[in-house]
Amino acid sequence: MADLAHQNVTGAHPGETRRDFLILTTAAIGGVAVAATIWPFIDSLNPARDTLAESTTEVDLVPVQLGQRLTVKWRGKPVFIDHRTPEEIKAAADVNISDLRDPQKDSDRVKKPEWLVVIGVCTHLGCIPLGQRAGDDRGPYGGWFCPCHGSVYDTSARIRQGPAPLNLAVPPYDFTSDTTIKLG
Amino acid sequence: MLKHVLAAATLSATISALPPIARAADESPPLPHQEWSFDGVFGTYDRASLQRGFQVYKEVCSVCHPVKHLYYRDLAEIGYSEDEVKAIAATYQVTDGPNDQGEMYQRPGRPSDPFVPPFPNDQAARAANNGALPPDLSMIVKAREGGADYVDALLNGYKEPPAGFNLLQGMQYDEYFPGHQIAMPPPLSDNAVTFADGTPATVPQMAHDVASFLTWAAEPNLEDRHRTGFKVMLFLVVAAGVFYAAKRKIWAPVH
Amino acid sequence: MADARPGAMSRIIRWIDYRLPFVQFLNHHLVEYPTPRNLSYWWNYGSLSGIMLVVMIATGIFLAMQYTPHADYAFDSVERIMRDVNYGWLVRYAHMNGASMFFILVYTHMFRGLYYGSYKAPRELLWILGVVILILMIATSFMGYVLPWGQMSYWAATVITNLFSAIPLIGQSIVTLLWGGFTVGNPTLNRFYALHYLLPFIIVAVVLLHLIALHRFHSNNPLGIDLKGPQDTLPFHPYFTIKDLFGLVVFLLVYAFFVFYAPNFLGSPVNSMPANPMQTPNHIVPEWYLLPYYAILRSVPNKLFGVILAFGSIFLLFIVPWLDTSPVRSARFRPVYKWVFWLLVIDVIALGWVGANPPEGLVVTVGQFATFYYFIHFLVLFPLIGKLERPRPLPLSIAAAVLQGGGTRLGGAGAPMAKP
Repeated sequence: MADLAHQNVTGAHPGETRRDFLILTTAAIGGVAVAATIWPFIDSLNPARDTLAESTTEVDLVPVQLGQRLTVKWRGKPVFIDHRTPEEIKAAADVNISDLRDPQKDSDRVKKPEWLVVIGVCTHLGCIPLGQRAGDDRGPYGGWFCPCHGSVYDTSARIRQGPAPLNLAVPPYDFTSDTTIKLG
Repeated sequence: MLKHVLAAATLSATISALPPIARAADESPPLPHQEWSFDGVFGTYDRASLQRGFQVYKEVCSVCHPVKHLYYRDLAEIGYSEDEVKAIAATYQVTDGPNDQGEMYQRPGRPSDPFVPPFPNDQAARAANNGALPPDLSMIVKAREGGADYVDALLNGYKEPPAGFNLLQGMQYDEYFPGHQIAMPPPLSDNAVTFADGTPATVPQMAHDVASFLTWAAEPNLEDRHRTGFKVMLFLVVAAGVFYAAKRKIWAPVH
Repeated sequence: MADARPGAMSRIIRWIDYRLPFVQFLNHHLVEYPTPRNLSYWWNYGSLSGIMLVVMIATGIFLAMQYTPHADYAFDSVERIMRDVNYGWLVRYAHMNGASMFFILVYTHMFRGLYYGSYKAPRELLWILGVVILILMIATSFMGYVLPWGQMSYWAATVITNLFSAIPLIGQSIVTLLWGGFTVGNPTLNRFYALHYLLPFIIVAVVLLHLIALHRFHSNNPLGIDLKGPQDTLPFHPYFTIKDLFGLVVFLLVYAFFVFYAPNFLGSPVNSMPANPMQTPNHIVPEWYLLPYYAILRSVPNKLFGVILAFGSIFLLFIVPWLDTSPVRSARFRPVYKWVFWLLVIDVIALGWVGANPPEGLVVTVGQFATFYYFIHFLVLFPLIGKLERPRPLPLSIAAAVLQGGGTRLGGAGAPMAKP
C-alpha cells in the first residue's frame, strides 16, 4: 500500500517526466520564496535611513592655538584636528615617500598645511591613538602613538612603525570660512 | 459540511455587519468619501498634491502642530531635490548644544534634523492655545477613524452651529469632529496660501492636498508596500497553481 | 543531490545518524509516518499554526533588534522601524498581522477538534496541551500589544491588569506587584517585554509535547474512527507534505493581503497615538482575538464574578474531553451535535461583536445571552446530547469508507492501532 503509492511517484511510468518536472518546479518555487523571504530580514540589519542620513559637524578653529590639538566627535568617531607648527609641517613634507608603508604626500592629506584633520582611529584594530592631550606620548615622530599594539604615526598621521597597515584616514571636510571647517 | 460552513458564515457576516452601536457617541453625518490617488490596491501618491499639501502644512498648520516623526530629508521622497531639501531645512532654526560653554544655541536646520516643533513642550503649546493641545500630525491620518477622509471632512466641516446647540466659550462648531466642538479655529480660508504650481487655493483644494500630505506623513512606505505586495501576491497565485497541480499529481494514484 | 565523491555525504550522515539518530527520527516522524488517508483540508491548520509560530518568532527577534523597551522611547522606536529601518515596515506589519493570523489558524484548528471529537479518548492530553498553548498565546499577545506603547497599549494594559484587583483581600497587592508601581508604567513595560520574548519559547516546548502526544495515537480523521491497519493510511511524505505546502501557499495569500494592502484593518487607530496616562480613549477595546473573553467579562455586573467567568471560559476547555459523553467522535455521525456545534460558532462570533461595541442597549442583552449560552453549551449540552442522541452507524474502517463506503457497524471505535 504505502510501497505501491511510493512507487507511483518515483517508478518508471508514463507521464513520470511531467510529474518530475512539476515536482522540480514546485521545489524551485519554494527555494525562490525562501530566498525572497530571508532578504528583508537581513537587510533590516543594514544601517537604517536615519543612520545613513547625511550628518555634518562644524568645528570652530579659533580656540585651537598653534601647536594645539582638538578632538571632536563626528559620526560616532573621534576626529583629530591638529594646528601644526612650521616645524611639524616641514618634518612631514621632508619624508621620503617611498619609505612609507602607505605612501602619501603630506600635501595630499591637507587642505591648508597648518591644519591636519584625520579620523582618530588606528587602522590596525581600531583603538584611539594617544597624542591629543598635553603630556601624551606622541611617539618617536612627534605625531601619534597607539598604545594597543604600538603603531606609530608621524606629523602627517602616516603610519611609520608598528602593525597598522594604513595612514590615519582623512574624512571629507571643507573650510566654510578661514576659521571654521565642516566635517562630512 | 460545506453548507454548514456557508450557513454559519452568512449568519456571522450578518451579525458583524450590524452597525457598531454608537461607536463615536455622536450623530456626525456619514463621512464623505473622497477620491484619493493612494486609494486601492494600485494606489500611489500624487507628488504635486503632496508638495502643495506640504506648503499648506508649512505655512498654516506648522504654526501650532508639530510633526515630530518627519525629518527634512524625508521631503526628498515627495519630489524635492537635495538642494531644495537643504534650503527648506536651513529656513528653520534648530536648538543644538550644549556648546563648550555649556549653553544651548540655535543653528540653521539640516536635512538630518527632525521638523522643528512650533513649541518646545506640551505646556508651552497649551499656554499658547487656551489650554488646548494641538496634536502632532505625523500619525494623525492613521490615528483617526476615516483617515484622510476624516481630516479632509473636518477641515471643510466648519459651519454655524444649529439652533439650540450649546457652543462653549472659545470653541468652534465642526460637523465631523466628535461632539462637534473643536478648539481649533478654522485654519483654512480661500487663498490663505499661494500655491507654487499655480493651482487655485480654495479651501477644498487645500484640505485635500494637506490630507494627502498627512497621509504620506503617516505612511511614507505605502507605495513600496503596494508594489512589493503586488509582486508577492502574483508570485503566490502562480505558486498556488503549481503546488495544486503537484498535489493532484501526487495524489492521483490514490484517489 | 549529486556528490563529487558519491557516497561521502551519505557515509558522513550515516556516521552521525548511528550516534544521534536524527535521520531515522525524521524519517519515522515526517516521511514514512502513517497518516489517515482521508484527512481533509481542516487538518492543515495544525502545521499552519506551527509555521506561524516560527514566523512570529523570526519577525519578533528582528523587531527586538531595533525596539527600545522604555516608556519614553518605545513609540518612537516603533516609528523608526516603520520609517527608517530597511524593510522595517514589512517586519512590523508581518508581526502585527501575523498575530491575528496565528489566532485565526488556532481557533479554526480548535473548532475542527470540537467538530470531529479529536479531544476524545485517547487524545485528552493532546487537547489539554493545546489549551495550554492557547493560554500562553493569549498571555504573549496581550503583552506584545502593550509594547508599542500607544494609547490602546497603555489603557488595555491598565484595564486587564486591574482585573486582578477583583481577587479578595490580596487583589490590589497583586496588581501593584504586576505593575511595579502605582500605575502601568515603565517597569511594567520592561517586564512585559522580557516575558513577551520568553513565552514564545515556552510555547515551542509545549508544541513539541503536543506533537509527541499527537504521534502517540496518530491524527484523528473526519470519520472519527480508529485506524484498522496500513490500508487506512498513507505515508506523510509526499502526500501530506505537498498538501500542507499547498495549504500554506493559500494561507500566505490571505496573510499577504493583510500585510500589504490592509495592514491596519484588524487593529485600532487609537494605537497610532502615543500613550497618554492622563486621557482615556472613548472605547477601550482589545484586539479582535480577545473580544469574546472581553465580552464575557463585561456581561457580568459583578466584577469578581465577571473575571471568574472570563478566565473560566478558557479553563473550561480543559475538561471538555470529560464533558462530552458521546461514544462517537465525529459530528458526521452525530445528527444532533452536528447542528449544535454551529450554535457555538455563532455564539463565539456574537460574543466577539459584543466585545467590540460599547456596552449599551442591545449589545448588553446579546452579551448576557451569549455568555449564558457558552457555558450551557459545554456544561449542559455536551453531556446531555452525548447521552440522548442516537448516532448514525459508523463505517467499518477508513479504507472501507474511502474505497467503497462498505460495511457498517454501530457503536464506537475498536482498539486503537498500535504505534508501528
